[in-house]
Amino acid sequence: MADEKKLLKVTIDNITVEVEPGTSILQAARRIGGDVAPPAMCYYSKLKGSGGKCRTCLVEVAAGSTADPRPMPKLVASCRTNVMDGMVVKNITSEKVIDARNGVVEMLLINHPLDCPICDQAGECHLQDLSYENGKPGTRYEFSRRTFEKHDLGPYIQLHMTRCILCYRCVFTADQLTEKRVHGVLDRGDHSEIATFIQQSLDNDFIGNIIDVCPVGALTDKTFRFKNRVWFLKPVDAHRDCKNPKCSGKVNLWYRGAEVFRVTARKDEWGEVTSWICNECRFEKKDTADWTIEGPTKVSRHSVISQGHYVGVERPQEVLYDVLDGRKPKLLMDIHSISEVNRPEIDLSKIQGPAHSTNFEPHEPRGTTGVEAGNPWDSDKKGVPDKY
Amino acid sequence: MGRKLLLDKANVPGIRGYEVYRREGGYAAAEKALKNMTPDQVTDEVKKSGLRGRGGAGFPTGMKWSFLAKPEGVPRHLVCNADESEPGTFKDRYLMEFLPHLLIEGLLVSSYALGSKATYIYIRGEYAWIPDILEQAIAEAKANGWLGKNILGTGFDCEIYVHRGAGAYICGEETALIESLEGKRGNPRIKPPFPAVKGVWDRPTVVNNVETLAAVVPILNIGGEEYAKIGVGKSTGTKLISACGNINKPGVFEIDMTISVEEFIYSDEYCGGIANGKRLKACIPGGSSVPILPANLLLKTVKGETRKMNYESLSDGGFPKGSMMGSGGFIVLDEDQCVVKHTLTLARFYRHESCGQCSPCREGTGWMEKILKNIETGKGKKSDIDLLWDIQRKIEGNTICPLGDAAAWPVAAAIRHFRDEFEWHVDNPQECLVRNYGLAHYADPLEVVTPA
Repeated sequence: MADEKKLLKVTIDNITVEVEPGTSILQAARRIGGDVAPPAMCYYSKLKGSGGKCRTCLVEVAAGSTADPRPMPKLVASCRTNVMDGMVVKNITSEKVIDARNGVVEMLLINHPLDCPICDQAGECHLQDLSYENGKPGTRYEFSRRTFEKHDLGPYIQLHMTRCILCYRCVFTADQLTEKRVHGVLDRGDHSEIATFIQQSLDNDFIGNIIDVCPVGALTDKTFRFKNRVWFLKPVDAHRDCKNPKCSGKVNLWYRGAEVFRVTARKDEWGEVTSWICNECRFEKKDTADWTIEGPTKVSRHSVISQGHYVGVERPQEVLYDVLDGRKPKLLMDIHSISEVNRPEIDLSKIQGPAHSTNFEPHEPRGTTGVEAGNPWDSDKKGVPDKY
Repeated sequence: MGRKLLLDKANVPGIRGYEVYRREGGYAAAEKALKNMTPDQVTDEVKKSGLRGRGGAGFPTGMKWSFLAKPEGVPRHLVCNADESEPGTFKDRYLMEFLPHLLIEGLLVSSYALGSKATYIYIRGEYAWIPDILEQAIAEAKANGWLGKNILGTGFDCEIYVHRGAGAYICGEETALIESLEGKRGNPRIKPPFPAVKGVWDRPTVVNNVETLAAVVPILNIGGEEYAKIGVGKSTGTKLISACGNINKPGVFEIDMTISVEEFIYSDEYCGGIANGKRLKACIPGGSSVPILPANLLLKTVKGETRKMNYESLSDGGFPKGSMMGSGGFIVLDEDQCVVKHTLTLARFYRHESCGQCSPCREGTGWMEKILKNIETGKGKKSDIDLLWDIQRKIEGNTICPLGDAAAWPVAAAIRHFRDEFEWHVDNPQECLVRNYGLAHYADPLEVVTPA
């Protein structure tokens, strides 16, 4: 037919695929799938203007097009370069690409805290996957890692700026999904950070989606924080009739036993959200009665979540009080009768997390209750050792 | 004595004002272009002149202008890049400060050629006093009918606006400049689309350096072909060089690109030799981001020919054995200067000025600075030198904009030519704190390889 659009032929890693004009190299490679698809940390097909920043998707263009078969002089960002007819692209078949990608991964990791053991994103983190594929076992970086002043983003979203790779996805999401963006990138260069300019909480409707688009653990769900590891949870497809016209209502519920630990939007095989959900669905509806269950989510067998460590179909029984025989747990730690090291007036049971030496500083008690002292493993705090 | 086209009237008292500038033959080019020439003829004249962009990359200006998309009904813009932030470069400042009307005239002619009815001067924030000079010049030009509606009765309208930047090196990159001009964060855009197609507010835009636009005036005055006769090869016309460092006469010089580097450094007309009778150790011939060259490679190319002050000769030998004309920031180092410390200073600058958008530059520039600081303060290891080389290699070419390359090249060139000095710093951690490596063999004549 005459009005049929001409398809462009592009060869990526010796596999030829035909795509519509205007398709990026990355999208064409994803059409082929598997290892041919370059990793993408900042590009997000649903967000206009994203991509080009992380440089992990660099590919070599060995021939520009049939009309002009010259190779491109530099590696190009496949997410923002459109295919031409007859283009020949080398991804994993090019040593230059592998070398550059290893370099980019190393750069992304030199200031990353590598606090995966306490990070909520672990198990579904794109940076973990990327470093597993392209990273080295050791680091050549011998300096202290970057830290930031803490910013509170309100009741829903927890920001860990040290983990951020500055992909700008959350900025685009807030621009394109919510009514008003109140956060952005402040400062410049290696000290640029995601923050609100004047302390404000992020509570626009749909802002919760920035948790899903974040490729690392920089933005996590406060209502799920430290509650569970994702590989202990069982994802289930579910939907509800959400009153919000922009909300799809199609979600994943993450169960452990009968309890819904968190609600996220559904993601496709490239880790991209397929349909956005509103804040109410994400943060407020954590009861099976709110949802219509469709069935178990199909999880890639490469994911740690698919290992099926769905422990405990029943909610674990609370046994501590039985063991303690009615006493309060703090009595176990009360050593004041034998030691004067810790000050008796500080109630250890009221300190969140393990006690830290700063809780006992003689002149500057950091909050008499110790509650403000926080968690010493919280990597965003200055003065915490940076090598783990 | 070389021919002067830009600075010939710079010393006339009162040239900053309209009256004197006009009396000295100013606005003749604008009159000629607007009354007797079509915009395409002006562009052709610039093409014939062979004028190359003076901002650093040296791209032919006429060709850049002809790439400008001209869709119907969409306004086009000319933007003057006055965000001169390259360390060692201060030629545009001199032009704008002393000859503001020359720039305004150049802008007017170029706007006419490109059909830009709103033209912007994006000036760096640190030049706090210059916008006032420019705005006064614009007001004078407007009062005398050179700007505004229906200029000289030709029906061409043009307004020039001065936009003050906030002081960021990255905003000298044309797409970052455009973002900043639009009021956004100065992050470079991903090309394509190029500014000639989608620039300011998605309209076709040409971004040119101050000196390039000022050079349009003499081109029209003497004619493109006459202009092309000055200079040599593809380096036509005159070039402003801002010389600084350990020389007797730092300042802005206009050269006609036929003189040799040696003459430029040692003749009394230009730099006047190395200060305090010292000897030349190294030089960065084109602003901080181009590769540094040791004295022996600076004065003679690797083929044994005399190196000239022009685009081709300075880049003779490629990056391994040559450098670049760049933006004309000529930084001279004498035998007392420490290349490691110098490289650290530059690395610190690029770390500070990286926009932080793409990862290799954001993380790599800081890493390089920290390693260099270790080597400089005697805490370095031999492996650090190789590590530096590897980091710069992984930044170069892998970033969105040329700042990544600009940060990588000085480090690469310093290690390439001065590796023994880096090693001396590692081997003598105590000594390197109190004295420096000196001239060593950097000024010795090069052995010319005879072709087999």
